[in-house]
Amino acid sequence: MKIIACIKQVPDSEAKVRAEGGQVNWGDAPLVINPFDEYAVEGALQQREAVSGSTVTALCIGPESAREALKHALAMGADDAVLVSDPALNELDTVGAAHVLAAAIQKLGADIVVFGRQTLDTGSGLTAAQTARVLGWPMLGLVGQIKIEERSVSVERVIEEGRQSVKANLPAVISVVQSIGEPRYPSFMGIRKASKATIPVWALSDLGINAPAAVIKRSELLNPPARETTIDIITGDSPEAIAETLVEKILAEKVL
Amino acid sequence: MKTFVYIDHFKGDVQPAAWEALGLAKSFGSAIALVFGAGADDVAKTALEYGADEVLVADDSALTDYRAETYASTLTALASSLSPNLILFPTTTRTREFAAMSALDLNSNVITDATGIEVNGDSVVVTRPIYEGKLFEKVTCSGTPQFITIRGRAFPKPNREEGKSGTITKVEAKTDAISTVEGYSVAAVGVSLNDAGVIVSGGRGVSNNPSLRPPAGLDDKQAEIWRAQQGFTLIGDLASTLGGAVGASRAAVDAGYIPYSNQVGQTGKVVAPDLYIACGISGAIQHLAGIRSAKMVVAINKDADAPIFKQARYGVVGDLFVIVPALNAVFKKKLGK
Repeated sequence: MKIIACIKQVPDSEAKVRAEGGQVNWGDAPLVINPFDEYAVEGALQQREAVSGSTVTALCIGPESAREALKHALAMGADDAVLVSDPALNELDTVGAAHVLAAAIQKLGADIVVFGRQTLDTGSGLTAAQTARVLGWPMLGLVGQIKIEERSVSVERVIEEGRQSVKANLPAVISVVQSIGEPRYPSFMGIRKASKATIPVWALSDLGINAPAAVIKRSELLNPPARETTIDIITGDSPEAIAETLVEKILAEKVL
Repeated sequence: MKTFVYIDHFKGDVQPAAWEALGLAKSFGSAIALVFGAGADDVAKTALEYGADEVLVADDSALTDYRAETYASTLTALASSLSPNLILFPTTTRTREFAAMSALDLNSNVITDATGIEVNGDSVVVTRPIYEGKLFEKVTCSGTPQFITIRGRAFPKPNREEGKSGTITKVEAKTDAISTVEGYSVAAVGVSLNDAGVIVSGGRGVSNNPSLRPPAGLDDKQAEIWRAQQGFTLIGDLASTLGGAVGASRAAVDAGYIPYSNQVGQTGKVVAPDLYIACGISGAIQHLAGIRSAKMVVAINKDADAPIFKQARYGVVGDLFVIVPALNAVFKKKLGK
């Protein structure tokens, strides 16, 4: 079985991100694999272990530097990796990304494509469903459990109200949530293998498609309004006295 | 402006932000509510009471269970024939997915998690949080219709006018399913973090009560989790007095104290309650970003230097195991519960 894990590179979530001159500035924080996509790689590796003879390919759209995110996937245990990189892809919205990913997935061939639930940067959480739509494959979103049988896949989707069990034929697109299991740490051997790996870079011409035009465009980037917080530390002779004062103050501000 | 509003529901239970979307649509012009799936008739009537000018109902058995493909195709067909300028949705697991597909069908795209919308003639500029709420961006969509999912509690809920009637029209469902729903296990979820007016959250500090004696036979990790559960029981009691939801920091989730679905900030939920009470949460940058839209933050922490106090309106430097039950007792008394 051929499994593809789609990943993206984003600034580390510890980063202090600021808007500066209309650009996003994350200081000297490192770029890392999107944390949600580590779950995608984990889910893909679990299925490789469940179905013998399977392979996992990590797929990423991004600049040359995004190789590092792919290397993380390789170090976790992915068999190979492909980077789609093209100067024409600088302004890409999710529909554009879906067309590019679908073309790369068709070129690679796949039985299952696994995404993370969303990215930490723009965080739309749309690309998996849109990729499935371009491919015409079933979309099984927000999955916490995957079971493959012959040419079908059964999943448990985690929704607001609980869990929904769904079955579909392969090939299919899946997005996973945290309950798929904690992403494994890269092994020593994995890191060595990843450091030596050659990662092919595909341009749009390799995929036979034109650069998709972005429908969604950013007109402005804003820092959040500064919070006017003058903190009032509540003290008192006893916990009861503190609680009385605090509750009175909260009720007086009529937020409830 | 002609706006469709998709009323998201599960077996007739409507996601509250759907009504907020409906109120927003009315402020732009005419609002046509869309209701898909089983239990649709009652939802359609309620939509009229919340101000929909008209309701379109697709209640074919193919739509009884949500599946992205059938919902997307049904919406695509409706939008193609009726040409709305705008389609609004509450942001939910379902809407994100099938709006994504339908927008692709129509050569448009979706703006998710809107917290502000400015409409000027045909131009629509949407404000939305990015980078876990550390920044905001204003975006526009050049496709038609424009698809926008709104964040819960970002827009006012319209008033409901009981008994208000109007036109409910049945429309055709698309039945191009490529998956089969085999069942549900529905959890008792209580108030969801996205819709909660009050959230009481616990962090790593909820296990920090050495005076509690765990039952015999637990190893250190089990004893820690047992302690944390005692802490979360106190937090849950306060939340229930206030009609609110229970949240948690990533540290508490990672330590196994409470499920991921309760996580606020960083890879968890970005929330916007009126009151956020942080108990034993130090306040990592991601957590602070996740609660930025809270109207009032109250922090209870033993460590007077904890960063959470920088974002709080009121703070108590003290032991949550003492303060939280005391707060609960006073709130019960004052709120007459």
